[in-house]
Amino acid sequence: MSKVDLSVQVGTLKFRNPILLASGTVGYGNEMSEFIDLNKIGGIVTKSLSLKPRKGNPPQRIVETPSGMLNAIGLANVGVEVFLKEKIPFLKKFDVPLICNIAASTIEEYVECTKILTGEEAIKAFEINVSCPNVKEGGLQFGNDVSVVGEITHKVKAVTNKPVVIKLSPNVSNISDFAKVVKAEGGDAVSAINTLVGTAFDINTRRPKINNVTGGLSGPAIKPIALAKVLEIKRSVEIPIIGIGGIMNWKDVVEFMIVGSSAVQLGTLNFINPAAAIKIIESLEQYCIDQGIEKISGLTGSYKI
Amino acid sequence: MLIVNANVEKIIELDNQIYLLKIHSPEIANTIEPGQFVNLRVSESTYPLLRRPFSICDVDGDFFYIMFNVLGEGTKILTNKHYGNELDILGPLGNGFKYEGEYETAVIVAGGLGSAPFPYLIRKIDNTKKILSFVGGKSSGDVITHGMNNILTATDDGSLGFKGNVVELLDENLELLKSKSIKVFGCGPNAMLRALSRFCIKNNFDCEISTECAMACGFGICQGCPVESAKDKNKYLLVCKDGPVFNSKDIVL
Repeated sequence: MSKVDLSVQVGTLKFRNPILLASGTVGYGNEMSEFIDLNKIGGIVTKSLSLKPRKGNPPQRIVETPSGMLNAIGLANVGVEVFLKEKIPFLKKFDVPLICNIAASTIEEYVECTKILTGEEAIKAFEINVSCPNVKEGGLQFGNDVSVVGEITHKVKAVTNKPVVIKLSPNVSNISDFAKVVKAEGGDAVSAINTLVGTAFDINTRRPKINNVTGGLSGPAIKPIALAKVLEIKRSVEIPIIGIGGIMNWKDVVEFMIVGSSAVQLGTLNFINPAAAIKIIESLEQYCIDQGIEKISGLTGSYKI
Repeated sequence: MLIVNANVEKIIELDNQIYLLKIHSPEIANTIEPGQFVNLRVSESTYPLLRRPFSICDVDGDFFYIMFNVLGEGTKILTNKHYGNELDILGPLGNGFKYEGEYETAVIVAGGLGSAPFPYLIRKIDNTKKILSFVGGKSSGDVITHGMNNILTATDDGSLGFKGNVVELLDENLELLKSKSIKVFGCGPNAMLRALSRFCIKNNFDCEISTECAMACGFGICQGCPVESAKDKNKYLLVCKDGPVFNSKDIVL
């Protein structure tokens, strides 16, 4: 039995540790399970699901940038029906909380997806993606509009008893305004941040390096921005925050917790080292032992400013 | 599919800044098949951030080789590796060539660095079968014949062998090819692979091609490396997981 209590709570959601695997970086679990014991992870956030399967964007979809990567996958996914039939049975083999990420082109589609999925007992919560920068309809268009984010939160909450987390866009002036409306409309938590809009051009052909022209920037390059956004939310709204953005090691996790995250998500890191989550969890435990911390949850918002 | 720390044995510079890196890893060397690849982290730094995919070039006991040229930061760092340096390697990845079968002659078609996967393939092909290699490049310096057998060359500028591209060279030798029971194995730039696929479909030759695409993870989770499926227009295949070797009839490049 561990001397340290690594468990955390995000609203009513309980996780055995603060390490969740971010949407779009863990697929539907099967590939990752070859590298790590999913039973040891705090939680898994599935690849964004839409009502119907989505083919995604044509290549080239990704390009590396200094300490980061741009992606424009375009929400390629199997759709809710195939997810329930073919993907959930595998995920059910593990004792790990499942958060279903939902993406949609219309407000009605968010509601419809949630309705279909809410009956599945393996799904413990929903993460609503209102901030994908890489699709034409929906996505960032929603994430940039406070009233639309409020409406989505309200309407999704109305069709499920499960916790609803809204994944916020950093591509806004005041992210705390969005966290406020999520809280006001009954949302249970926010996750921050989604990727930042960026681009890269080939200087010889003068053409964009990714087919979608712009993509979402992730990786350690965005960590300072993500930390600032989490801190901004923490200082202005009382709502649980799941911190995301360029986490590469356990120290980054501690930093995200200090500025206000109750839990975190590992994203781009999973591409580079799919076994990283386990190492991070072990290192966090050691950090707590070294620091005499009995409950890791005490780190959340423990900044001294 | 494993993550291993493996040591560099040596680096060999072939002509024209083409390098071979010899790596000691029994886990990879004893399990990898021709056409499969490894995803390699060149340093622990965050720049470059992502792993770099390399097809397996050859295997020798507990060692395997990758072939590369200097394209960017990652490959520049790799050229400075030497004996004893540790590398973080993810592999074996993807699906390799299906080199067993009824054919009598393996026709290897390589363009530029597309020669990389063939030394190992040629080594593994049953020695009752014959090998015929067609190797092309822009100019004589781009023609890589390392580990190849029975070679015909083509260059765009005519500086070595046939003047023209490697698929035009195949066409020149069509009668020879048609007189045999063959299977074609191709690797090279997309434009070459497209032309090769068309050529093989037209002449009813069975053809497998090894493709490449920018990717982050190499095992299917990032969805970064789509390739159009010839059978189902509603979804993409992934180069990393469904490929990198495909039957040329199965994809649209």
